[in-house]
Amino acid sequence: MATALKLKELYKKEDRLTSGHRLCAGCAAPIIVRQILTAIDEPVVLSNATGCLEVSTTIYPYTAWQVPWIHTAFETAASTISGVEAMYRSLVKQGKMEEQDIRFVAFGGDGGTYDIGLQALSGMLERGHTALYVCYNNEAYMNTGIQRSGATPLGAWTTTSPVGKVIPGKPRPRKDLTAIAAAHDIPYTAQASPHNWRDLMRKVRKAVAADGPSFLNVLSSCNRGWRHPTDITIEISRLAAETCYWPLYEVEDGEWKLTHRPKEKLPLEEFLRPQGRFRHLFREENKHVLEQLQAQVDRKWRQLLKRCGEEE
Amino acid sequence: MSRFEAMDGNTATAEAMRQVNPDVVAAYPITPQTSTVQTFSQFVADGEVDTEFIRVESEHSAMSACIGASAAGGRVMTATSANGLALMWEMVYIAASNRAPIVMTVVNRALSGPINIHCDHSDSMGTRDAGWIQLFGENPQEGYDNAIQAVRIAEHEDVLLPVMSMYDGFITSHGLERVQIEDDEAVRDFIGPFTAHDALLDVDNPVTYGPLDFYDFYMEHKRQQVEAMKYAKRVIPEVAADFEKHFGRRYGFFDEYRLDDAELALVVLSSTAGTARSVVDSLRAQGLKVGLLKPRVFRPFPAEELADALRDKIVVGVMDRSDSFGALGGPLFVELSAALKTYDVSAKMVDYVFGLGGRDTTPSQIESVFRDLAEMAETGEIKQLVTYLGVRE
Repeated sequence: MATALKLKELYKKEDRLTSGHRLCAGCAAPIIVRQILTAIDEPVVLSNATGCLEVSTTIYPYTAWQVPWIHTAFETAASTISGVEAMYRSLVKQGKMEEQDIRFVAFGGDGGTYDIGLQALSGMLERGHTALYVCYNNEAYMNTGIQRSGATPLGAWTTTSPVGKVIPGKPRPRKDLTAIAAAHDIPYTAQASPHNWRDLMRKVRKAVAADGPSFLNVLSSCNRGWRHPTDITIEISRLAAETCYWPLYEVEDGEWKLTHRPKEKLPLEEFLRPQGRFRHLFREENKHVLEQLQAQVDRKWRQLLKRCGEEE
Repeated sequence: MSRFEAMDGNTATAEAMRQVNPDVVAAYPITPQTSTVQTFSQFVADGEVDTEFIRVESEHSAMSACIGASAAGGRVMTATSANGLALMWEMVYIAASNRAPIVMTVVNRALSGPINIHCDHSDSMGTRDAGWIQLFGENPQEGYDNAIQAVRIAEHEDVLLPVMSMYDGFITSHGLERVQIEDDEAVRDFIGPFTAHDALLDVDNPVTYGPLDFYDFYMEHKRQQVEAMKYAKRVIPEVAADFEKHFGRRYGFFDEYRLDDAELALVVLSSTAGTARSVVDSLRAQGLKVGLLKPRVFRPFPAEELADALRDKIVVGVMDRSDSFGALGGPLFVELSAALKTYDVSAKMVDYVFGLGGRDTTPSQIESVFRDLAEMAETGEIKQLVTYLGVRE
């Protein structure tokens, strides 16, 4: 019997990522990782891309991981877990080890996933490895000090898309990686956020039960890069979903489905206001960027509703 | 029973891989390695191996998957060439530092640019400091034999380092020669079962691979790699001795041909040694005291043994099939010069860079090298430190 997705049951489970790691106060990444690893009852083997999560949890000779874990490089979380999973299948097939119902999970930030590791991810999804790839998406290269990535939204300030005299932040919109992953026609793809832990954990369960590859894109607030107080991580995540900036949905065997529809779609401003990275957008001269960003969110939301067969 | 077959190097390598029957192979096709991957794919499709073959989307992913598979706890092989090796460069280093006993055949091909598919040694020479054991083979037989021995060397508990087995692109990879293929069972008996160390799949004993390693420990870990290479220098001859016992073919750090009483020595890797041997014979017939040394093991570099073998020579000519731009000469020359100097060998040394991008090297060119060496022995003067053979200057 799987552990019920109830707090009074889940808290009894042993942490697979222990305290003592050196991620920042208020960072969403360890919250997400613990939600994911708590959702999985089976044994896990993890692969981790270079990034905040990797450097902060395994400073030699210490490790915060209570489960088998491997890091090879920045762009290789997917290819490395492919090798681990293939070895498992090989050894079980040959009778060299007993089947143990192991779940294979890869973690990468948006740098390691949207950008430098996209090819390896695509390869893993296309080849059909039974593994879950999780992107903890903080929308920039935070580990190297807040540089823009393919996940950074239009207009956002980063250190490589600074707000200058002529260019107001990132001039290009983010790419829709969840849709790109879904286009691989894999059994399960979803978008989630840590404020809705039950939704996230339910998605993890579906993902690791899938017969084949699965992909989970989780919005992961970084207060250092997003420039917000450390104690509003969960609230900012909620606002991302409620403004439809980060809709929660899943694609199961090609069927698109919303898993949360805001009762009232909030104006994007509510998500942007508390964040220093968007502060310049509220100046008069940048009003057009703000409008563009809202228009993009609206267009993507309508597109998603259509894909999910929902009324506007 | 072993059998003799006409085989090219890539088919012989695929045969070795079939017999080793690795748990996982992750590879990407690249000329001139391609036919190895194709032949092995057929073995997989025909159920002749138990291998999970990961048909990756790039060489970078090939090596990453190999590292993951090796850490998971099983036997892993792959193969590549040139730009493929260059693309996986980052992971080649990581494989060695993770102490992953992966065996990789590198079919030597010139690195781009300009793009060129033919043989030189720039690809594997570029990775000479990556922490891999490197074996160079002259012909399909040596490619086959080295691939099999590489498994034993890599997995030896005192070593646990990845091994690269090289032979020349097209010349050896596609040239048909007589190859003695050993019995499947005999090969499996020789390599023995795989013993996993700190396997990721041992979920009851979780391990962390590839942590962040700063100034307080990184240097000790590098030092351990150095130590493993030292052990490899002991293990390589042990494995060769056992190989000879099993299969009768003898391997050392290097191969000598009419070197004992030679005054002029030529040092050259891989297939060119075959051509050089015939030149040695014809010059010996003319009364010239010439000999040949063909290194097999480039990493760990058998410096002392090479120095001993070349101790009483008057002139040593090195032929390098790759260059190290801005250095004193090609990599083989530079390494060997350091070795001879360190171990007080007084022979004069010169370098000949040849065969880049597959340029043909003829017996007459090698003969001209020996004539040069003879002149230097007579005059005591080094005419030119580095000469480019057969190039339009």
